[in-house]
Amino acid sequence: MSAASSRTRRSLLLLAPLLFFLIGFFVWPLFSMMSQSVSDPAVLRLLPRSAEVLADWDRNSPPTIPMQTALMKDLKAVNDDQALGDMVRRLNSARSGFRTLMGKTTSALKETANPPVDLVSIDKRWEKPEFWLAIADALSPYTDRNLLAAVDLGRNAAGDIEHLPPDQSVNGVILMRTFWIAALVTFACVCIGFPYAIIAASLDGWKRDLMLGAVLLPLWTSLLVRTAAWFILLQEQGLINDLLRAIGLIDAPLALIFNRTGVIIAMTHVLLPFMVLPIYSVLITIPKNLMPAAASLGAHPLRAFLRVLLPLSLRGVASGALLVFISAIGYYITPALIGGPSDQMISSIIAFYATGSANWGMAGALGVVLLVATLLLYSVYARLSSDEVGGR
Amino acid sequence: MKTIFKSGVLAAAAVVLSAGLVAPVFARDLTVVSWGGNYQDAQRNIYFKPFSEKIGKPVLDEAWDGGIGVIQSKVKAGAPNWDAVQVEAEELALGCADGLYEKIDWDKMGGKDKFLDSAVNDCGVGAIVWSTAIAYDGDKLKEGPTSWADFWNVEKFPGKRSLRKGPKYTLEFALLADGVSKDEIYDVLGTEEGVARAFKKLDELKPNIVWWESGAQPLQFLASGEVAMTSAYNGRITGINRSEGKNFKVVFPGSIYAVDSWVVLKDAENKDAAQDFIAFASLPENQAKLPEFVAYGLPNKEAASKVPADFSKDLPTDSANMTDAIPLNVDFWIDNAETLTQRFNAWLAQ
Amino acid sequence: MAEFIRFDRITKFYGPLCVVENLDLGIGKGEFVSLLGPSGSGKTTLLMMLAGFEQPTAGEILLDGTSINAVPTYKRDMGVVFQSYALFPHMSVGDNIAFPLQMRGIGKAGIDERVKRALDMVQLSTLSDRRPSQLSGGQQQRVALARALVFEPRVVLMDEPLGALDKQLREQMQLDIRDLHRRLGLTIVFVTHDQSEALTMSDRVAVFNKGKIEQIGTPRQVYDEPATRFVAEFIGETNLVEGVVETVQGAEATVRLPSGAQIVSAVSGSIASGQSVFLSIRPERVDLSETRSEGRNVLETEVTDSVYQGDHLRVQLHNATHPLIAKLGRRSREFPPGTKVFAAFSAGDCRVIAP
Ligand SMILES: Nc1ncnc2c1ncn2[C@@H]1O[C@H](COP(=O)(O)OP(=O)(O)OP(=O)(O)O)[C@@H](O)[C@H]1O
Ligand SMILES: [Mg+2]
Repeated sequence: MSAASSRTRRSLLLLAPLLFFLIGFFVWPLFSMMSQSVSDPAVLRLLPRSAEVLADWDRNSPPTIPMQTALMKDLKAVNDDQALGDMVRRLNSARSGFRTLMGKTTSALKETANPPVDLVSIDKRWEKPEFWLAIADALSPYTDRNLLAAVDLGRNAAGDIEHLPPDQSVNGVILMRTFWIAALVTFACVCIGFPYAIIAASLDGWKRDLMLGAVLLPLWTSLLVRTAAWFILLQEQGLINDLLRAIGLIDAPLALIFNRTGVIIAMTHVLLPFMVLPIYSVLITIPKNLMPAAASLGAHPLRAFLRVLLPLSLRGVASGALLVFISAIGYYITPALIGGPSDQMISSIIAFYATGSANWGMAGALGVVLLVATLLLYSVYARLSSDEVGGR
Repeated sequence: MKTIFKSGVLAAAAVVLSAGLVAPVFARDLTVVSWGGNYQDAQRNIYFKPFSEKIGKPVLDEAWDGGIGVIQSKVKAGAPNWDAVQVEAEELALGCADGLYEKIDWDKMGGKDKFLDSAVNDCGVGAIVWSTAIAYDGDKLKEGPTSWADFWNVEKFPGKRSLRKGPKYTLEFALLADGVSKDEIYDVLGTEEGVARAFKKLDELKPNIVWWESGAQPLQFLASGEVAMTSAYNGRITGINRSEGKNFKVVFPGSIYAVDSWVVLKDAENKDAAQDFIAFASLPENQAKLPEFVAYGLPNKEAASKVPADFSKDLPTDSANMTDAIPLNVDFWIDNAETLTQRFNAWLAQ
Repeated sequence: MAEFIRFDRITKFYGPLCVVENLDLGIGKGEFVSLLGPSGSGKTTLLMMLAGFEQPTAGEILLDGTSINAVPTYKRDMGVVFQSYALFPHMSVGDNIAFPLQMRGIGKAGIDERVKRALDMVQLSTLSDRRPSQLSGGQQQRVALARALVFEPRVVLMDEPLGALDKQLREQMQLDIRDLHRRLGLTIVFVTHDQSEALTMSDRVAVFNKGKIEQIGTPRQVYDEPATRFVAEFIGETNLVEGVVETVQGAEATVRLPSGAQIVSAVSGSIASGQSVFLSIRPERVDLSETRSEGRNVLETEVTDSVYQGDHLRVQLHNATHPLIAKLGRRSREFPPGTKVFAAFSAGDCRVIAP
């Protein structure tokens, strides 16, 4: 073994934990999320005979006898409950009612004493072409259905892409709202976090520790404690409203909770450290004498800030903003508890599909949409920050 | 240099080996999962600890927030780290159809006829019967609401309302408020017109609704006066009355009750012990202790008869409370939950 | 020379710590004054108060006869060169130099022209587009200088601007700055703790110690006529010999050393006979010979060591009671250790200093 190759091996060994970690916790989950969102094998796997027969069906006439027989044969052959469950879930998600229909059908087919002659005799719903259409549409191993639905699109009977009806198109609105709330929170964090970081960086000793500790505090408290605290502060008879009324600023209580205001306040509170810390860490690397230098050269404090401190700390602001924005689009418990009905964010929809209805395809598709948006944003950030240091 | 390399490999191998060896040596103890909070504290006292003493082994307990996806991912991953889990009726139906649960050994449980019909299932044994009902503060409202129509009537009862954010219960309550009789609710909701009617009724109340998401929130809202009345879980209301001396009232007519069940996860390591545990938790003498802590109804008929009248008047299963209550239609919701949730979210977003 | 800057009884406290104490100092227009002193003696603090970065605890700073205590830095019109240059890292060299002109609202054409002239002055015309991080220390230093001078400030303040440079570059820059001072007629206050730098460059040197000025004068005055023991020891090397004053006659005094020898020495300040004092004798003013020379002070000594140091020969001597050092020209003959020699110096080359 040559010295060089043994060295390569050794360094690979050192890198192994990192590689395993990256693959196990980043690459693999992302890959499986994406493949979940487009792969659709659940139905085809169990219904091979029906797949053959359905290929000849004209997609709108009532089901023929061969179709029914093929499906009955397929269903009788199924012996894996979990696979059956996956198929039913997939079909029910396309067409409500499949769960009970399939449950009824499979238990009727198990009846060996007097076997049913056809499916329609088990349940009238088998007469309707819609149910067959749902099966026919689910027979390809790959689908764009989830990805389309994630942005409120779908295919009509003819297979063309079109907008979903308004009572089903909610993702687009919620996605836009998610980005809007995240942007507002980011803006609020910049407005509060930037001066905060400047003050913290200009202090030293215990005062600085105190300021940094104070901003980190929300990260260390549990969500429930935090939520309870916001409730006490923000409700109509809460501390803030009482205080404002006591000093005569307002007559009627402000609505600070169960609306957008409350969500922005609460999320800004939690995410502030992600803004303050990057800015702070950039600020403390800026030499202390630049602002005095600017003043001695005749710059008014405001102009000195705009020309010197702001451009130098912009990178901290940009990475803080990115951190806050990306964390914010993933929030859902805080908006759910503090927000009103129109403050629901996309993650709560993802959570519903994932844990509530085990529809991993839809959850994955929404995840992909969110991931793509985040990556786009990151590329903008990377472009900006490379421009900034471009001259170096 | 070579020795360093070798010892590195050895160390890595040792770690891998020991990880492989350690796991089977320390077999996992029976793990029971329930809904957390006061309810699980009570269960720990009357079920988990005594059972652990009886078998002479530790019993671990964990809390969860529900969701069939959680169960599915645990079972699909193989060797789930939970054994006995308390689930809601839909999770029971969905998971049973999908083969996520072990079949229940009903002989161990003492026979199906010992239980209420709704508590008997191939995959699950009923654990509690609980209601979602109107709740209000008896100290603030002397003349309280008696029906969902009153709940919708903001002229007669001024103030905000709170409902759970989601289509389940909400749509049923809207139809009840709109005058649909309790026996026809699910027939009406099964039609497109019925769903539209429910949403139309919700439109009326929408500006006055504060939505809740976690079970503790409605109590908080009532206590702070944020809302005048709310939907709430009956057990929580009775709990806060007892622990904090509140005078919150539960309106049982028009409430919807459902059964939570114990299930055993498919191929769980301690599946036999889990069945034993469920049998233990279903014994009349054990179950009868529950209402003292939380006001949930008991699916074991004999247990129900042992509850002192003082406690039993608060239970959903009390005959006076049961008369005008409605059982949750699980089949309807497993078929329609996904579409109606999507529609509900779209409606909320408008 | 008309007085331009006046520190009037300036005192500065940092908390309980008194950094500058009741200090008076006047600086003339077009004058180059160095503030020289050991680390922590308050030089920077004084400069910062002049620039307006710090406020005096008591006292007043006058510029051209008017108090500037209440004038904010950016209106004081003083160019400051910082020890670490304080160039703006995100701007090119040209933009750095243009900055003070932009702040003064000068038009684009005017700025370009003046930046070009400033760059020419410091010989950096080709580096206008570089960032400060792409320059050597000396180049950065010159950019800082150009930036502080380009707007023709009323006063230029420099805080150890050459501290980070190597010896050769430092000496080159010393000459450059002195040259600029002469050509432009600038008023410069220059902080340093390098005595040779102060002596080379300044019209006057103010020697600082613990927040006070020990002595202020031309380089020749502070070197040849140190007023205090601190000044004598801080600037250059000196022999300090204890003794008692016997008689004082005008500008000369006779001092008896413990060995019994009598020395005639120049006097500055008031000295009374009978007082114990120090004699400061600069080593390079001491001559050695094997014969006793007449008309000068003579000490009988013995050579203990002799070191050749390139430009001079350093000889360590010892007489009965104290050591003595002499620096001889390199053409002088060698004195092997053990040689008995007479150390001679005239009355004007030694000074009586009150302890
Ligand atoms: N901001 C401050 N707070 C408290 N003490 C300070 C501050 N700045 C300076 N000092 C103290 O004041 C004294 C004088 O400081 P100054 O910077 O004026 O010294 P200096 O003469 O410039 O020394 P050096 O040659 O090392 O630069 C020092 O003891 C220093 O510790
Ligand atoms: Mg200094």
